[in-house]
Amino acid sequence: MLTLEKRSEPSQLWTALTPVLAVLLTMIAGGFLFIILGKDPFLALRIMFWDPLFDEMFGAYFRPQLLVKAGPLILIALGLSLGFKAGIWNIGAEGQYIIGAVCGAAVALAFYPTESLFIFPLMILAGGLGGWMWAMIPALLRTKFNTNEILVSLMLVYVAEQILNTLAIGLLRNPDGNGFPGSRNLQDYYSASNMEIWAGTGAHWGVVLALGFAVGFYILMNQHLLGFQTKLTGQSPRAAKFSGINPNLLIVVCLGLSGMLAGLAGIFEVSGPSGQITIGFNVGYGFTAIIVAFLGRLHPIGIVLAGLLMALTYIGGELAQMQLALPAAAIQAFQGMLLFFLLALDVFSNYKLSFKFGKVS
Amino acid sequence: MDTSTISPALLIASLIIASTPIMLAAIGELVVERAGVLNLGVEGMMITGAICGFAVSVETGSPTLGVLASILGGAALSLIFAILTQFFLANQVASGLALTLFGLGFSALIGKGYTGIKPPDLGSPNLGFLTEIPFFGTTLFEHDYLVYVAFGIILAVSLFLKYTRQGLILRAVGEDHSSAHALGYKVVRVRILAILFGGGCAGLGGAYISLIRVPQWAEGMTHGAGWIALAIVVFASWKPLRILFGAWLFGGLTVLQLNLQAAGVTKINFGIFEIPLQVQYLTMAPYLITILVLVLISARALSNTPGSLGKSFHVSD
Amino acid sequence: MYPTKLLIGSNVILNKGRKMRILKKLAMGIALYTGLAIAITGSAVTAEPTKVGFIYIGPPGDHGWTYRHDIGRKDVEAHFGDAVETTFQENVPEGPDAVRAITQMALSGHDIIFTTSYGYMDQTLAVAKKFPKVAFEHATGWKTAENVSNYGLKLYQSRHVQGVIAGLMTKTNKICYVASFPIPEVIREINTYYLGAKTQNPDVELQIVWVYTWYDPGKEADAAQAMIDNGCDVITQHTDSPAPLVTAEKAGIVGFGQASDQMKFAPKAQLTATIDNWSPYYIAKVQEVMDGTWKGGGTYFGDISEGVVGMAAFANMPQDVEDIAMAVRAKITDGSYHAFTGPLKDQSGTLRLKDGEIADRMMLDTMNWYVEGITAKYPD
Repeated sequence: MLTLEKRSEPSQLWTALTPVLAVLLTMIAGGFLFIILGKDPFLALRIMFWDPLFDEMFGAYFRPQLLVKAGPLILIALGLSLGFKAGIWNIGAEGQYIIGAVCGAAVALAFYPTESLFIFPLMILAGGLGGWMWAMIPALLRTKFNTNEILVSLMLVYVAEQILNTLAIGLLRNPDGNGFPGSRNLQDYYSASNMEIWAGTGAHWGVVLALGFAVGFYILMNQHLLGFQTKLTGQSPRAAKFSGINPNLLIVVCLGLSGMLAGLAGIFEVSGPSGQITIGFNVGYGFTAIIVAFLGRLHPIGIVLAGLLMALTYIGGELAQMQLALPAAAIQAFQGMLLFFLLALDVFSNYKLSFKFGKVS
Repeated sequence: MDTSTISPALLIASLIIASTPIMLAAIGELVVERAGVLNLGVEGMMITGAICGFAVSVETGSPTLGVLASILGGAALSLIFAILTQFFLANQVASGLALTLFGLGFSALIGKGYTGIKPPDLGSPNLGFLTEIPFFGTTLFEHDYLVYVAFGIILAVSLFLKYTRQGLILRAVGEDHSSAHALGYKVVRVRILAILFGGGCAGLGGAYISLIRVPQWAEGMTHGAGWIALAIVVFASWKPLRILFGAWLFGGLTVLQLNLQAAGVTKINFGIFEIPLQVQYLTMAPYLITILVLVLISARALSNTPGSLGKSFHVSD
Repeated sequence: MYPTKLLIGSNVILNKGRKMRILKKLAMGIALYTGLAIAITGSAVTAEPTKVGFIYIGPPGDHGWTYRHDIGRKDVEAHFGDAVETTFQENVPEGPDAVRAITQMALSGHDIIFTTSYGYMDQTLAVAKKFPKVAFEHATGWKTAENVSNYGLKLYQSRHVQGVIAGLMTKTNKICYVASFPIPEVIREINTYYLGAKTQNPDVELQIVWVYTWYDPGKEADAAQAMIDNGCDVITQHTDSPAPLVTAEKAGIVGFGQASDQMKFAPKAQLTATIDNWSPYYIAKVQEVMDGTWKGGGTYFGDISEGVVGMAAFANMPQDVEDIAMAVRAKITDGSYHAFTGPLKDQSGTLRLKDGEIADRMMLDTMNWYVEGITAKYPD
């Protein structure tokens, strides 16, 4: 009968092959889904994956949109990946994203209407600090009281949403906004706006930073001691303890870093594509980034590619929605399937299939 | 501040209704976690149960068939999780999240043609004279069938885990899967059954929302109830009877917040201190209280967490 | 008309006869040019169908707000047949996703795009800047631009009539409101509802619960239940699903449907419902685009007298209540009565409208105060 045997070393071939196979399998399964929904599967797949990149009518607009959408996903996923490798699960990145955005926007709006070169970096710093601070709550509760960080960080997402609502209607509300909830549009405030750096690319500072951090993380994971420590803690907590790694310090660093990056993603988004702090401006990047982290195999380069792929499914999905009347929910189902296939195929990196005859112990 | 309009009996009755869906999902997840598996896909299973129950109810005209369909729907979705984590040895956190994502998308797809439809009424048992009892009549005996089913499941699980052999095996698998395997217990089989049970309960909880509480179908209508159910399991220290209190706390705070708004109560006075009771603060309260409870529980020296929770089991490990 | 001004100003220099001949030539030239322009654009339009796009905040299946916009869209299709092609995108979140959705439509050759939620305001303007040749119509906002108009309906007029009915129907003197977001549009409808009830029943008390969502059947039902538990027996809402009405019917009380006739959800409970009728406006705007006469900067505010603010058939109420309500409605329709007429004080006692003064557009669009008599605390 078929059994799984652990490999002595993870298979390089399979590790590289898995994402590709997963995408292919998802396309096939997705094709069946489209058929059930009554749409031409080839047309749907083409609209979802090919058109946003290469179509003459839409390509020029949507290619840069890929970066816009992928930027925050990559940024957050990079931060998460460090913790995930070490078995530290930050599920509350969405909350850290919100608090980072709120802190950064508050700082920027406090200076309104003065224009100065210092406002932008100050605003970004505040955003990073806000996210870091929000992640410190689960970090401290875990180190001091051994409280499960999954649930704490998750509950704090809902708390953050309520704080957002309070501020959008109260303290941060636009005084010139005719009573409507929502802050001033930061894109209209030159000193605080996060515009495209090179026109037509969609690359704002958040995107640049995301790619920069990707490189940084690559170096960190491969050359720096922290990279080694997280990998070891993830694979064998006991060995890690024996080798002198301070688990509490690791928790604080990992959660803090992921919180900071999520907060940065939040403020870049709000001062850029989103424009204003308003009720429900957060669209779930904190959760999608978790998927991106796994799709990217917790590896910085993988995360960049996975982020772009996820962005493609979003944008292609929106295109398909308009052109084929495909329901928006189909995209979520698609993304879920992608992750399923990836997780299922992942096993072959560490285990191999073998036939064993006779009794298995 | 006039709280005289709030009737405690009606408040508690509303509280029980609000707590039933999360209670069902939580008791299911409790069994799964006691077996050592962390299934974060509760939200996905709940919403799948909600649409399956709704769709079958509307198509067949029978609410009972709908309820059955919701259990099967939730269980079917959890089967994907079971296969991924028990056979493909996939990471449980990631698999659970994928389940939530897929469940939300898939249910919205099925539910496309069902918005704005009223489902057939499930009805309530007529408990006759019991409803005449002052206070307890309204609070306990005027509910629909599923409320009592939920109570029954909690009692059954509590007895199962404490007094039956199968319950003991399940707990052993959850505490230390290697030793359990060494003792000859079928770890994988126990876990799959537990996961299916959890899926069925979550599905039932979802159906409660779409068939009874609202009753209507809307995309994503569970609105985070699955995550709250996860919190309730931890809040209850993995003890079945405490699930009741956790569910009541969460259901209660939501209902209380609405009632306070309706009564026009906007602050509480404690001598010279005034606590503002804005909507947002009241909505935040259940989550903050959960965090507080989590801290209090984990700070205790002996934790009740099942020893093998979240770890993959593989024979040759 | 630059040349004409010159001519008129210089009548001292030129004699009348010569001026007339020049004016005539000018007029003929203009007529010829306009005729050519119409002929060219007219022929261009008949060659290809006009593409009309709609961005929806929710699903057409909500049987509320979006449902009525979608009916408007279908009426456009029915009216123009093959001369138009309509598309829509549903469940578009407010924010950068809206920018992408609107841009997508603009890129794919749409001639006019309707964005049907106030939260799309900044996004519509941003996209409009990049596509000056496309017409943009934004529902219920206040900003406009050269190629952006906004439009809305005086739904508060029918809400006032609802208030009148509520004041008469309530037996507990407690009426309630499931409110979405504290924006001026919602506040003015709360105010007008209360005022309407008060004209019939000076002891009436209004309960308000804020759910901070436009569409969430679960939350709406819970909010309704909480207020019913607190003693209210007439319910109305500014959220998009029939959930509060269904809850009302279960509890054996009455209420009002929102945005569309929700009678089939609550046959015993619905008294009436406001019916948003967007079709005439949509058809008119599409016609303007076809004729080349569409202009931005418009701020349409549809009045009940135009037939765009409808009310579902009155039901579940005694005849005398219906008669009074009909009379009030008639007075609003013929313009002899306005819900917001002075003297009117706000909750804090400040006089907002003097004796006989009627609220102007500015006050209606920026209303952020409760009228005197509402005891609930203003949300902030």
